[in-house]
Amino acid sequence: MSVGTALVLVSHSAQLAAGLVEVAAQMAPDVDIRAAGGTDDGRVGTSFDLVEQAVTGALSAGADAVVVLTDLGSATLTAESVLEMLEDERVRLVDAPFVEATVAAAVAAQGGGDLDAVVAAAGTAVTGFAGSGEAGGATAGGPAADDGGARTRSLTLVNPLGLHARPAATVARTAAGFDAGVTINGVDAASVLALMSLGLTGGAEIEVSATGPQAEEALAAVVAEIESGFGET
Amino acid sequence: MADLGIDWALSWVRAAAATVTEHREHLLDLDRAIGDGDHGENMYRGFTAVLGKLDAAEPSTVGDVLKLVATTLMSTVGGAAGPLYGTAFLRGAKAADTDALDAAGVAAVLAAGLEGIVARGKAEVGDKTMVDAWTPAAAAAQQVADSGGSAAEALRAAADAARAGAESTDPLVARKGRASYLGERSAGHRDPGAESSALLLETAASAAGA
Repeated sequence: MSVGTALVLVSHSAQLAAGLVEVAAQMAPDVDIRAAGGTDDGRVGTSFDLVEQAVTGALSAGADAVVVLTDLGSATLTAESVLEMLEDERVRLVDAPFVEATVAAAVAAQGGGDLDAVVAAAGTAVTGFAGSGEAGGATAGGPAADDGGARTRSLTLVNPLGLHARPAATVARTAAGFDAGVTINGVDAASVLALMSLGLTGGAEIEVSATGPQAEEALAAVVAEIESGFGET
Repeated sequence: MADLGIDWALSWVRAAAATVTEHREHLLDLDRAIGDGDHGENMYRGFTAVLGKLDAAEPSTVGDVLKLVATTLMSTVGGAAGPLYGTAFLRGAKAADTDALDAAGVAAVLAAGLEGIVARGKAEVGDKTMVDAWTPAAAAAQQVADSGGSAAEALRAAADAARAGAESTDPLVARKGRASYLGERSAGHRDPGAESSALLLETAASAAGA
C-alpha cells in the first residue's frame, strides 16, 4: 500500500495531540498520523526532539510527504525550527486552526492527496469556518462550478445526529473518489469542513448535485451513503 | 588582533553555562513578572545539557560548537526561547564557516543570529523582545569590523550594545510573546529574553579577553 502523505500533530499537551490523532484517525484510518505533544519529560510545552522524531519516523516509514500541524505559539516555532534543520522539501508546516485543519488534512490525505493537496485542504480550515453558516469560500475553486448537465437528488438526512464530523468525513471521502464535482446544498461535498459548516441535523432536507464524467455514479454513491444513515439508526 | 577559533568558542559556551546558572534566579524573577516564569530554569537546563554534550561531541570548529549549542537548546529549552536561540545559533553556525573569526566574521555570525530570531519570532525593535538586544549588538559589531577593529573588540562593542538594548526594554509595552498578553502592565519590567541575550554576549566578549 502506498503510504501517501503523513501528518504530525504538534501540541503543548501530549494528551491534546494524542486525542486529536484519535479523532482524525477515525476519519482517515489509513493515514499515518503521529502525535508530538508535550516536552521530552512529559511537561506542558513542545519538544524539538519529539517533533523531529515524528517527522523522520513518518518519512522512514515510507511517507511521500509529511504535513506538520501545530496548536499555538512556541509549538509553531519549534516545528519551524525542525523544518529548518531538516531542510527537506517533502515536509511542510500549516499554521491554521489545529483541530479543523487536522481533520481537513487527514481526510484529504485519506483520499490520496499529495503534499500540495493536503496543505491546501488544511488551509481551507481558515476560510471554511470564517463565514459562520455561509460556508464562505468552500465552493470557490470546487470542481462543480459548471451547472450545465448537473444531476440532482433531494433527500432527507435520516441519521439522528445529522452531518457531524464522522459522517461528513465519510461523505467527503466518497465524493472525492469520483471524477465528478459533487455539492450538497451548494457546498463542495469533498470538503469535510464545508459539509460540517452547513450544520445539518437529523431530518434536514438536503439537495445533492453532481457534474462531470462520473456524475451519475458519484451521485448514487453519496445518496446511498446518506440513506444508509451512517450506521447510526 | 587574534582571530577567534575553537578555543574561544569552547570557553564561551562553558562560561555561558556558568553565567546562566549564576543568573538563574534573576531570569526567573524577570519572567515571573511578565511571562510564565520559566526562562531562568529553561536556560539553565539548556546550557547544562550543552555542557554534557560538549564533552562527548569533541567539536573541531567554531561552527561545530555553535551547531551543537543550537540543536541542544532546541531540544531542551522549553517555550519560545528554545527555537529562538536554537535558530540564532544554527544560523550563526552556518555563517561561521572559517576556522577563526575576525571582526567581520563576528559581525556576520551576529547578523545571521539576529536574522534567525526575527525569522522565527517575527518581532521588531521596540516589541520588548530579545531582538531589542540583538539588533544593536549586530550593528555595533559591524561598525567595529568596518573601522578595522579586532574580533574581540567587535564582541565587546556587541556586548555593550546588547546590554544597553536590554535595559531599553524596561519601559516598553510588550507587543510579542507571552508578555504581550499583559499589555500596559508589561511596562516597568525588563524583558527576560533581552536580558539573557545580553548575558550571553557579555560572556562571549569576556571569553575573547575583551
